[in-house]
Order: sequence, then structure tokens, then C-alpha cells
Amino acid sequence: MIVPNSAAQPGFWTATAMIAAIVLASTAGEVLTAAAMKSIGDLDEIHARSGMKGAIRAVVTCPLFFAGVFFLALAFFSLLFALNHLNLSLVAPASASLTLVTNAIAAKLFLKENVDRRRWTAAVLVCIGVYFLAH
Amino acid sequence: MAHQRLLPRQYMILGLVAVCAPLGDTFLSRGMTRLPAIALAHPASLIAAVFTPWIALGIALLIGFFASYLTALSWADLTYVLPATAFGNVIVALLSRFWLQEPISLERWAGIVLITVGVGFVAHGPSLTERPGGEKQPAFAAQEAALQIEEEQPR
Repeated sequence: MIVPNSAAQPGFWTATAMIAAIVLASTAGEVLTAAAMKSIGDLDEIHARSGMKGAIRAVVTCPLFFAGVFFLALAFFSLLFALNHLNLSLVAPASASLTLVTNAIAAKLFLKENVDRRRWTAAVLVCIGVYFLAH
Repeated sequence: MAHQRLLPRQYMILGLVAVCAPLGDTFLSRGMTRLPAIALAHPASLIAAVFTPWIALGIALLIGFFASYLTALSWADLTYVLPATAFGNVIVALLSRFWLQEPISLERWAGIVLITVGVGFVAHGPSLTERPGGEKQPAFAAQEAALQIEEEQPR
């Protein structure tokens, strides 16, 4: 087991705050990116009509996309910061599996996706599965 | 366009999402562990690392992942695409078991089964939430109008 900065492990609340920062930034990034792509429309169709340049232009001219990338970058640096203080075996499964659930909630609230019983069940199964796999 | 059931090409894009990310991470990891330790005081050696074959291949795969991920999000819900990204963990575990001959614990096999069942659950449902009357979001409509104008312009 890798124990970074083994001199002083953060307390429960500090560790929780670090993992929460990753999960929140990651969820914001995923939801904003998804909203950006929905607002742009079917990339396959844009590619068929306007070629690769048109598809790339459609993506890079969408402000929501950059907001999403900003939060994904924030999530990445929060992960690096957490890994500097906490064990990988705690941070990786906790953040990966919690993000799946928060994404499902955020997708329902902000993207108005139809998160039915099937998708909730899948989110929970995948969440537990990722935890088992990464633990 | 709201595809309730995906086309084979779209399943292929989801497959790329699932495969490219874990393979890219694996290649990056393999490339970085083969290099001597890099100190923050010498950032140039980090830039040089980008041009080594394993790391270059890893970056190419991660770019492929992001492009496929964005494409998938343009015609499918986030809650439909995310399980596909999680399925990448299963691919890594199976590769490590059958290619690298690493042992997999019972707990990990349970994880593989749960993720596979979860992905199967989502894959059998609709890929995109139907909007009332099939209406487009404002930005999508603006995008279409811009593309239409572009197409009508003489080349």
C-alpha cells in the first residue's frame, strides 16, 4: 500500500473534504460538458455536413464546453492534491464510485435526464462494482 | 436527432470510450515507470517523456477517448455514457488477468460482475431522454442555423 506523506495522515473530516472536492468538481465538469454537447447537437451529423473542421469548431466555440473542461481540470488537480495526503486505495474507489451517484443526481436535476429505476439501479451497481474493483 | 436505440456505429463509439481510457492510462503508466525518476526541478525531462513511444501512444489513446466521449455525449444521456466509461475498469481487470496473468481476488470478480450487470441494465434502455415535441435546445438550434448559412455560401 502506498502511503503518501506518511508523517501525518489527515483526519476524517479533512479526508472527507478532499474527496468531496474531487467529486463535486468532477460532477460539475461532467454535467457542464454533457450540457455543452447536447447544446451543440449530434456531432456525427455535424461531421457529415461540415467535416472535421466544422465539428471541431462547433465544440471549441461553445463556452459551456470550456466551463466543463475547467471543472474537469479542477477535479484532476484536486485528485493530485488528495493523493499527496491520502492513500490511493481510499481516494480512487471513493471518488470514482461517489461521482457516479452524484452525476446521476445532477443529470436528473440540471440536465432533466430521465433517470428511471433502471438507471438508478445501474448507477448503484456500477458504484459498488467500481468500489470492489478498485479497493 | 434523438436515437432511442443506438446504431452499430454508436455502439462502436461507446466501445472506444470504454477501451481508450484504460489502455491510455496503462500505456502512460508503463511509459512513466520505464523512465528514471523525474524531479520537479527538471521539467524539461517531463516534456521529453511525452515523445517516448509508450507515453505518446498513451496520450493519443486519451485524446481518442475524449473525442469519443464528447461524440457520445452529443447523442446520448450522461447517465447512459458514464457506465460505459466505468466498463473500462472491467477491461483493465480482464486484461491484467488473461494477458499479464495477474491473479484477481473474489472481491474483484464481484466488482466485474456488478459493473457488467449495471452496464447491461443501462444498455437495454433508451439512450436519450425524449424532449416534449422533439424540441431542440436553443443553442443547438442556433448551431444548426449557423451551419445552414455556412452550407448555403458558395465555395
